[in-house]
Amino acid sequence: MTTSEELTGVERDGHYAGETAGRLPPGRNPRHFGIDPGEPWPDDVPMDQDDTHWRFENDPKAAKRAENRIAVLFVLTLLSSAGLAWDYISNDGQTQVAAACFGVGLAALAVGLILMARDLMPGNEVTASRGHHHVSEDPDRVAVAESLARGIEPFARRAFLLKVLAPVGGAFSLALLFPIASLGPRPHRDLLQTKWGRFTRAVNQDGQPIRPNDLPVDGILTVFPEGYMDDALSPTLLINVGQAPFRIVKGNEGYNIGGIVAFSAICTHAACPAKLYNTQTHQLICPCHQSTFDVLDNAKPVFGPAPRSLPQLPLTVDAEGYIVSQSDYTQPVGPGFWNRG
Amino acid sequence: MSSTVERAAAKKRYSIGKSVLDTVDERFGSSKFLTSALDKIFPDHWSFMVGEIAMDSLIVLIITGIYLALFYVPSGTDVVYAPTSGHVYAPLVGQHMSEAYQSVINLSFNVRFGLIMRQAHHWAALIFLAAVTFHMCRIFFSGAFRKPREINWIIGLILWQIVSLEGFTGYSLPDDLLSGTGIRVIYSIIQSIPLVGTWLAYDLWGGRFPGPTFLPRLFVIHEFLFPLLIIGLLTAHLMILWRQKHTDFPGPGKTETNIRGSRVWPQYALKAGGLAMMVAAVSFLLGGLVQINPVWLYGSYNTFTVSAGSQPDWYLGWLDGAVRLWPHWEFRSFGHEIPNPFFPGLLMPGIIFTVMFAWPWIDKRIYNDYKAHNLLDRPRDKPFRTGVGVAAIIYFIDLTLACATDLLANDLHIGFERLIEILQIGVFVGPVVGFFVAYRVCTALQRTNAHPIQRPIGGVIYRTADGAYHTLGEHHPAPAGADGNGHGNGHGPDTRREEEALPTSAGD
Ligand code: HEM
Ligand code: FES
Repeated sequence: MTTSEELTGVERDGHYAGETAGRLPPGRNPRHFGIDPGEPWPDDVPMDQDDTHWRFENDPKAAKRAENRIAVLFVLTLLSSAGLAWDYISNDGQTQVAAACFGVGLAALAVGLILMARDLMPGNEVTASRGHHHVSEDPDRVAVAESLARGIEPFARRAFLLKVLAPVGGAFSLALLFPIASLGPRPHRDLLQTKWGRFTRAVNQDGQPIRPNDLPVDGILTVFPEGYMDDALSPTLLINVGQAPFRIVKGNEGYNIGGIVAFSAICTHAACPAKLYNTQTHQLICPCHQSTFDVLDNAKPVFGPAPRSLPQLPLTVDAEGYIVSQSDYTQPVGPGFWNRG
Repeated sequence: MSSTVERAAAKKRYSIGKSVLDTVDERFGSSKFLTSALDKIFPDHWSFMVGEIAMDSLIVLIITGIYLALFYVPSGTDVVYAPTSGHVYAPLVGQHMSEAYQSVINLSFNVRFGLIMRQAHHWAALIFLAAVTFHMCRIFFSGAFRKPREINWIIGLILWQIVSLEGFTGYSLPDDLLSGTGIRVIYSIIQSIPLVGTWLAYDLWGGRFPGPTFLPRLFVIHEFLFPLLIIGLLTAHLMILWRQKHTDFPGPGKTETNIRGSRVWPQYALKAGGLAMMVAAVSFLLGGLVQINPVWLYGSYNTFTVSAGSQPDWYLGWLDGAVRLWPHWEFRSFGHEIPNPFFPGLLMPGIIFTVMFAWPWIDKRIYNDYKAHNLLDRPRDKPFRTGVGVAAIIYFIDLTLACATDLLANDLHIGFERLIEILQIGVFVGPVVGFFVAYRVCTALQRTNAHPIQRPIGGVIYRTADGAYHTLGEHHPAPAGADGNGHGNGHGPDTRREEEALPTSAGD
C-alpha cells in the first residue's frame, strides 16, 4: 500500500481502503466475487481469482502518462463543443464542420472512456458459477403447479360455462373488428373503375386538353381525366405509334385515333407508372421491376413479372377536336386483387 | 507515498457513496440486487459487441428521431414551395409539393444542424439494421439460440421484422418520389392477399394511395407504434439475457456451469459507454460528411412520375428482389384471383420466417440434442448448421442483387433480362453450392484444429473396411480397430464433439 492508485478498490483482504472492519457479508470472499456463496464451486476453476488488479498498478509513471493521455482526449471533446458553438453562431451551422465537431467530440470521449477502463480501472477477468442454469428445485416446481391448479380446477369442472365461453369469446372478438372496419372506406367497386367516362377529356400535367396533332409520331404523353389529376388509377399513356403495325385485338376496334393509342399507365404488376418508352422497339418498360410491354401487340407483357396487358382506353375526338375517352376502361386497371374477376 | 490525507479522502468518498446507497436501500431494499448487478460478469468476445452496437444505434436513432419529429409535418396537403427564412433551394421554387415534403426540405436547408440530424438519423438506421442482421448471424452460427435461449431467438426475430418495417416507414415519411414508389408497391402487395387484401389495404391506408389519411397514419406508426414495440421487446430481450447470463465460446477453464469475463462495474460499463459514444460519433461523422437520401433531388411524390433506379434501403432489397425475380404467374379461378405480388411479397417471406422461427426446434431434431447449453459452438463444429446459414445468406444476397438489376445491368453492360435470368437460376443454385462448400470447409477446418487458444475439437473420421467414412461419436460407436480413440487428439473426454450427431459421411 504505497501509492495512491492502490486505493481505488477493494483490497485483497476484503477490507475497503481505510476501513478497519470487514464490510463483506460472511462467506463473501473477494476471491470469488460474483458467486453465490451457497453455490458449489465448479471443480475445474482455479480459486485464486482477484480482479482488483489493474494495468499500471506497479508502474506509477505509466499510470500518470495514461492519465494525461485520457485528459488530452477529454480536452479534445471540450474543443469540439467550442467548435460546435462557433459553427452555430458564426458559420451558419455548416454541416461538415458540425460533423467534425460532433464526430471528434464523441470519438474522443469514447476512446477516453475505453482507455480509462483498460489502463486505470480494476477488472481483470474472473470466473463465476452460473448456478443451476437458473432452473428451480423440484419442490418449487410442484408448489407453483399447485398454486396454478387452485384456479384452474374449479373452473374446469364447470363444463357448461366452458361451452358458453367459446362462442361468446368468438362473437366478442368479431365485434372488436368493427372499429377496425372504420379505418377505411369499403372498396366496393372502387378498384374496378377509373375516372374516365363517356367523352372525358384527356388533359396533360398542366390541365391542358390535347389535340391529336399535339402528339408527334413516337411521342408519348401522360394524360389524366379532366379534373382528376390525383386519382391513383386514372393516369393514362397516349402514344403515337405512327405507321407501325399495331395489332388490334377483337373488341378493341375503333379505339385508336390514327396512330394514337392509349394504355393505362399503371403497371399491372404493382402499380408503378410503366412509362419508360423505347421508340425503337415500341416497348414500355416499368422502372420498378422492369416489366416490359409490347405496345404494338396491345401492350402485352413480354418480359418481367407483370402478369397482364395494360388495358387500352377507347379514344375519340370531341366536337372541338380534343382527345376524349369513349368510355371507361373495359377492364380493371392496375395490379390484381381477389375480386378482380 | 500514501498519505493519511489520501486515506481520509478515500474514506470520506466511501461513506458518501454508502450513505447514498443506504438512502436508496431504505426505500427499495435494493442492496442485494445492486451488488449482483455491479458484480455481474459479462464475457468478452468481439462478436458479442454487435448486439451492443445495435442497441447504441437505437439510442442515436431515438435522440435524432425526436429532433426530426419536432419539425416534420405529417400532411399530404398540396402546397407551393415556401422556404422558411434562410436559404432557398432554387430548383424547387414555384413547385407543387406536399406539406410533408416541404417540411423535410426546410429542415434540411433552413434549420441549423437540421441536415446533420436528418442524415445522422438515416445513417444510424443503416448501422442499426446492419448490426441487428450481423447479430442474428452470430447467434445462428454460434448456436446461441439453443435451449434455454429459444425465446430470445423468437423475440429477436420479431425485432428484426419490426425494425425493418420501422426503417421502411421512416424512409417513406418525406413523401418524395422514391419513397412514394415504395409505398405504392407495398400497397399492391397488401392488396394481393387472398380474400381480405383489398379491404386490408383500404383500412390500413384509409382508402387508395395516395390519399389524405396516409401520411398522418404513417407518422403515428413510425413515431409511436413501432418504437413502442421495439423498446418493449428489447426490454424483454435484455431482461432475459440478464437472467440467463450470456453464453461464451469454449476455452480453457470454461464449462457449461461457469461464466468468465469482466465485471459490469467498472470495466464493462465504461467500455460499453465508450462503444456507445463511438457509434454516435460514426453516425454523426457519416451524417455530416456523406450525403444520404437527398430528397430534394427526387422531387415530391405524384402518381405519374417515377425514375429508373428506385431501390429500397438495403435491408428490404431482398423483398424487392424477390418481387422482381418471381415470374409473371398469378392464379385465377371461380371469379377470383391470387395476384402475382402475393407469392414473392408475402408467401415466400412467410415460409422463410416460419423456418427461421422454428429453427431452434429444427436444430434440436437434427442434432438430437435437447439439452441446455451455455457454451457456444464454433461454426466449424456444426457443419450442417453452418451450411444452412451460408445457404441462407447466399439466398438473401442473390435476392438483394436482384433489387438492383437495372443499375447492375448498366454497370456490367449486359441486358437486365439476362441478369434477371442469371439471378433466377442463382437463387436456386447458389444456396446449394454454398451449403456444400461451407460444409466441406467446416470439416476441413475441424481436422486442422487450427484455433490457438481452444481445446482441440475435431471430428475423428474413420474408414470402415468397405470404404465408408464415419465420424466417431456416441451415435456411431467406433468398431474395434478404427483409427482414433474417440477423444480427439487424446486431450481427455470432449463431450462437445459428440453432440454433432449428424451422420457425417464427410465425403473424403
Ligand atoms: C433491435 C434489435 C436487437 C438488439 C438491440 C439486440 C440486442 C442484444 C444484446 C445487446 C445482446 C447481448 C450482446 C450480444 O450477444 O450481442 C443480445 C443477445 C441475444 N440476442 Fe439480440 N438484439 C436484437 C435483435 C436480435 C435478433 C434479430 C436475434 C435473432 C433472431 C437476437 C437474438 C439474441 C439472442 C439469442 C441473444 C443471447 C445471446 C447469448 O447469450 O449468446 N437478437 N441481443
Ligand atoms: S410495378 Fe411494374 S414491374 Fe413491378
